[in-house]
Amino acid sequence: MSNTEQSAHKVCWSCKGPVAASALFCETCNAIQAPGQLDHFTRFGLDHSFDVDVDAMEATYLKQQQMLHPDRFASKSGREQALSSQQAASLNEAFETLKNPVARAHYMLRQAGHEPEGGEGHTVNDPELLMEAMEMREALDDAADKTTIDAMIKDTRKQARACEKELGTAFDRKSYDAAKKLATRLRYLVKMTEEARAKKSRLAAA
Amino acid sequence: MALLKIHEPGETPLPHEDERQIAVGIDLGTTNSVVAISNSEKPEVLRDKSGGNAIVPSVVYYGDDTPLVGEAARDQINTDASRVVSSVKRLMGRGIEDVKTIAGTLPYHVEVPEKSETENGEPMMVRLNVGNRVLTPVEVSADILRALRARAEESLDQPVEKAVITVPAYFDDGARTATKDAAKLAGIEVLRLVNEPTAAALAYGLDNGAEGLYAVYDLGGGTFDISLLKMQKGVFQVKATGGDAALGGDDFDHAIAEHLLAARKDGGATDDLDASDAKRLLKAARTVKESLTDQDSVDVTVALNGTETKHSITRDQFDAMIAKLVARTATITEQVLDDADVLAEDVKGVVLVGGSTRVPAVRKAVADLFEQEPLSDIDPDEVVALGAALQAEALTGGSDNLLLDVTPLSLGLETMGGIVEKVIDRNTPIPVSKAQEFTTYQDGQSAMMIHVVQGEREMVDQCRSLARFALTGIPSMAAGAARIRVQFNVDADGLLTVSAREETTGTEQEVAVKPTYGINESDMANMLRDSMVHAREDMEMRVLTEARVEARRNILAVNAAMEADRALLTKEDEANINQAIANLETAMAGEDRDAINDAAEALENASRPFAEARMDSRIRQALAGQNVDEVN
Repeated sequence: MSNTEQSAHKVCWSCKGPVAASALFCETCNAIQAPGQLDHFTRFGLDHSFDVDVDAMEATYLKQQQMLHPDRFASKSGREQALSSQQAASLNEAFETLKNPVARAHYMLRQAGHEPEGGEGHTVNDPELLMEAMEMREALDDAADKTTIDAMIKDTRKQARACEKELGTAFDRKSYDAAKKLATRLRYLVKMTEEARAKKSRLAAA
Repeated sequence: MALLKIHEPGETPLPHEDERQIAVGIDLGTTNSVVAISNSEKPEVLRDKSGGNAIVPSVVYYGDDTPLVGEAARDQINTDASRVVSSVKRLMGRGIEDVKTIAGTLPYHVEVPEKSETENGEPMMVRLNVGNRVLTPVEVSADILRALRARAEESLDQPVEKAVITVPAYFDDGARTATKDAAKLAGIEVLRLVNEPTAAALAYGLDNGAEGLYAVYDLGGGTFDISLLKMQKGVFQVKATGGDAALGGDDFDHAIAEHLLAARKDGGATDDLDASDAKRLLKAARTVKESLTDQDSVDVTVALNGTETKHSITRDQFDAMIAKLVARTATITEQVLDDADVLAEDVKGVVLVGGSTRVPAVRKAVADLFEQEPLSDIDPDEVVALGAALQAEALTGGSDNLLLDVTPLSLGLETMGGIVEKVIDRNTPIPVSKAQEFTTYQDGQSAMMIHVVQGEREMVDQCRSLARFALTGIPSMAAGAARIRVQFNVDADGLLTVSAREETTGTEQEVAVKPTYGINESDMANMLRDSMVHAREDMEMRVLTEARVEARRNILAVNAAMEADRALLTKEDEANINQAIANLETAMAGEDRDAINDAAEALENASRPFAEARMDSRIRQALAGQNVDEVN
């Protein structure tokens, strides 16, 4: 056993007894606890892998939200309501991060100590990708009818799926430089899909 | 004489049964409002004394006496129209700048102050000139809520002080805050603001045990909302929502009114309408619209400025007048489907909400859009209030059902060049808490302006401004060295709080995004003083209730701890704790908040040795599992 066992306990604010640092509720008095620094994957009982079964994770998410959501604490004290709001917000953040492949990839990169590209001061430096993105954008600008745009959306989504698969492999192999590039590519593909959809609804509205 | 009650520790009886007050559900609509109550998941609307209409028109008449609300107020349109206020929901949380764009469509005079901003750079709130009074939309809404509360109290024959109130999903932060303020003025504690489509889904889902993806198409008097919900055992999860806070049946009335005026003009009439004429014309237009639901054609007589004209309007003509408005709802719906990444064919059922969904052209558009006949077996005027009542019951009495909602609009901050940096994207599940880091752009910069905006556009001036505040006292540093963390918190009501903190020194500022479009605290206090005699007692009662809730939790927690670790409890500690619990229970039965808090503190002191013993024991257990080497 290691020393973490000791530090993994804190004082329950309600019954003043010991409670595990990661516990959602005090096992003695059942009071809701403040959210700790729980890793997103651990929160849902998942392995640290890029391949996430989103439906299964959602089932866990809903089960936890059933216990933690502020609606469950509407007649409780102000402090319990505030804690429930914090817990529900942390749970939402974990779920939203892991549900979205780009956000999940960025989270895993940061956990491994790598800053994803494209953020503050991290310019994208991949001529091949920039060229590809430029071509996609030009094609979208030229597209004038729904059928063409639908075909584009289908294509970018297919590419995104393939990209996610490669990301899974890259993370499994701990090839973080490759994962970083793939995450950037996935981000572009998602953005292009969104822009194509936006153009489609603009066309429909006109 | 009361008998002495004896009870085991932990089985504390409720000191006052009236603390477990009932809570109602209120649909505070643009055109109509409804109040409902639910018992054992069976919601029902509350009707007027004669058992007749559930609907209370959201219309207030400001005569010389107490304001009249509902049918009685609407009847005054023909005689004293200038003192009648309707559709006030369209102004909730609106600034002067917004209202200028919709003012032409409002049947009353909106006062435009000389300046559109306060000294703090916050947009001024709209005020209405009604008769000889100047009213805020919040006060008018409060009058409607008071009438609904009175109806509920009369119908249930007991005081009603808690409610779930519904708002359009697309309501922004300002409009939500304004709604909460109105409830406060009416002496109602809002348990939760629930989005209208979500409430409707709850009413349908529980009724039919629905599972799968459902769309709620909600076209009311003044607002349009479309929401996609995933329903599964007991959980109603909003996947995406969208809408237009200024599109509804009122606009259909205007389309008809304009058509009538144009026809009169073609016939040679010159109409110069005052507010009263406009209200009467709109009332006639409304009748035309309603008649065209069942008839193919309707005849109407318009009497204005001494000339009477007769008109015939067919349903086809009406459909053409509103085609653009209906098409706009279809476009928004498609956008929401895209946001949720689903196709229309994935939607298992479509729920219709709002009186405007009775219009045949609207029904047809919805049926075409989703390629299926929409559900409407619950009255579209009542379904929202029924859902709100179910949620009110769930919040007060407990429930296995859960509503998970989202933010309708993106929230962000102004950055250099007037560009919006989004912090929370639209359709993010709430509650949500997100932070973003910023830095200074000048050497020695000591303050930073934080400008919070809501909307989807990239430029600040195209989004709604919610609040501005300054983070001051930043220590002198080189440009880019300060680390300013701006934290956004959106609670379960969809209300935003923003705080900013300079990380290296801990300088902090926080604002609830409240004073901008709602009413500021001092105005609120004045209004409460003016309008509510019992405001202070209410406040004290609330504080007392909170003290009791906290005390009860305290007793339960100590009892649970004694149960769990009885071996660690000395005889002396046990006696002290039990004595302290008994004292606290006595205090809780009284009305003195300070006495309760003192007794609660005494209990905490009495149980401290025991709590310490429990902590020590746990640490010893942890150490016992380790090698001596590791401990050293």
